[in-house]
Amino acid sequence: MNRIDEKFKLLKEKNQKAMIPFITAGDPDLDTTVDLVIAMEHAGADIIELGIPYSDPLADGVTIQQSSTRALKNGAKISKIMNTVKEIREKSQVPLVYLVYYNSIFKYGMEKFIEECSRVGIDAIIIPDLPIEERKDIIDVADKYGVYLIPLIAPTSKERIKTITNNGKGFVYCVSTTGVTGVRKEISTNIEEYMNIVSQYTKMPKALGFGISNAEMAKEFKPYCDAIIVGSAIIKKVAEGKNKEEVIENVTKFVSGIKEVLIG
Amino acid sequence: MNGRFGKFGGQYAPETIMNVLIELETEYEKAIKDEKFIEEYKYYLKEYVGRETPLYYAENLSKKLGGAKVYLKREDLNHTGAHKVNNALGQVLLARRMGKKRVIAETGAGQHGVATATAAAMFDLECEIFMGEEDIERQALNVVRMRMLGAKVTAVTSGTGTLKDAVNEAMRNWVEEIDNTFYVMGTAAGPHPYPVMVRDFQRVIGDEVKKQILEKEGRLPDYIIACVGGGSNSIGIFYPFIEDKEVALIGAEAAGLGVDTDQHAATITKGSVGVLHGMMTYVLQDEDGQIMPVYSISAGLDYPGVGPEHAYLKEIGRAEYVPITDKEAVDAFMVLCRTEGIIPAIESSHALAEAIKIVPTLDKDKIVVVNLSGRGDKDVDTIAKVLSI
Repeated sequence: MNRIDEKFKLLKEKNQKAMIPFITAGDPDLDTTVDLVIAMEHAGADIIELGIPYSDPLADGVTIQQSSTRALKNGAKISKIMNTVKEIREKSQVPLVYLVYYNSIFKYGMEKFIEECSRVGIDAIIIPDLPIEERKDIIDVADKYGVYLIPLIAPTSKERIKTITNNGKGFVYCVSTTGVTGVRKEISTNIEEYMNIVSQYTKMPKALGFGISNAEMAKEFKPYCDAIIVGSAIIKKVAEGKNKEEVIENVTKFVSGIKEVLIG
Repeated sequence: MNGRFGKFGGQYAPETIMNVLIELETEYEKAIKDEKFIEEYKYYLKEYVGRETPLYYAENLSKKLGGAKVYLKREDLNHTGAHKVNNALGQVLLARRMGKKRVIAETGAGQHGVATATAAAMFDLECEIFMGEEDIERQALNVVRMRMLGAKVTAVTSGTGTLKDAVNEAMRNWVEEIDNTFYVMGTAAGPHPYPVMVRDFQRVIGDEVKKQILEKEGRLPDYIIACVGGGSNSIGIFYPFIEDKEVALIGAEAAGLGVDTDQHAATITKGSVGVLHGMMTYVLQDEDGQIMPVYSISAGLDYPGVGPEHAYLKEIGRAEYVPITDKEAVDAFMVLCRTEGIIPAIESSHALAEAIKIVPTLDKDKIVVVNLSGRGDKDVDTIAKVLSI
């Protein structure tokens, strides 16, 4: 069974929601990424998203754009990130998910990429610029290697939700707003209504992401979904830390603060 | 509608805009079958834009080059000064028809920004233009024009601060304001249905050329040359001739400081297949799939991608794409100024430069048509500096 499925099964038994942090692999460097992943897991992160840095992240706001730039400046690339994952896997079985733009996979070689994901222990991938219309080829390859391709929906998806989640694996990534990633003070979408609509189409665990910036917001949306994804708010802590120790301390505190409200 | 040209094209777009793209395709198909829509579009093209534009026999230039006959398709004579208005007008009319209250656009040289701001002023829509901060500086005249027409011009500082980054920012803004906003794409690129729509709105160029050349010469041209950035003026003039195999189609790309340097934007010459801005096409990327920073003296050609229909025409060998350096383009710019008294856009000068290369090698009975995609008022400062005029 995929680590993601096991995790959601376990969380359901414990009556908890999943805390899913996102960090960019290689920001500020790949060694810190290893330490951050381990620290976040200990702080309560249930599934961890690793962003593959890309020059033109269309779906991302300034925080993640800058994070990507930092990682690229420091030489992050897919082959090195795969090794980082291997290193992580020597110490941890936490479910790991890549967030990766399609051109990165395409240029690397689709089958090569998916095979390596499977080999190093990546459980799933999220591709923000690949809608279902363009997924036919990659779904076959992902199925072949047992890597989940995470379905992604937005508030504008409406009737598309059915096809998108059909035969979906892992969880549904529910983008919270019409917008790009980035810390927000509030989310104007009616999340309860939105999550209810999704539930009508699928029984998959629903993970809500984009704009969730603190424990209050996590608590507010907790009743309507099965997982809370936090990206930019964590990346800000990574960017603001003066040194590695401070970064890990601040991120760990933040992650445990959010996990706390997702328990019970 | 098929969103593919061979393997190129497609819709590699964030889920948030997918329903909007699907709606756009449906509405576009309805609009072009609606006689009233077409009539209104043609009315404004004629009465407001000033079409049809002349196909001008450049006698002085032809004699100077000593070979074939050179005709210039005068898209520079359109209202707003370039071919961009053909497409901006069509898309803004569609936006209005769909009840959108706000239009946004990216712009490189500023001509598409000006055209969109112009159409928005005409049809009373809110307008925001995204422009790289580097381009804002080198095409300042157009920035003033856009603001004067009532558009908000937003400087894009991310990435390289040029056209590709302006497209990124426009798309991000579109995702944010998806309900009330129509994205007026300025070139034959982006996710389907944009490459098809833009080509359809620009094909008036090629359709007119066909009619005009048959009137003047009784036969089709031997060569059609146009500059290629994203590819809108070129696909507009090429498209009606694609089935006429005896007509050679040549696209002139920006080779900047040379294709053997890292300072160019010659996407088809030096690029490889990838996915950018919602489409599968040729892109300039490094071995890790990171999109490369590009350079050209011309803001409008300074783009690391190209329209998917061009990628396809290249692949099947129907069109040829040649690199033209900054220096060759600047020289061509001055040649046209001095021989015909026409100041061309630096973008269009790339097409002229290719004509200057091949015309002397052709027989006097050959016919070459160059798409003069825009006028060069916006470029005189840059060129004057380069040549110390």
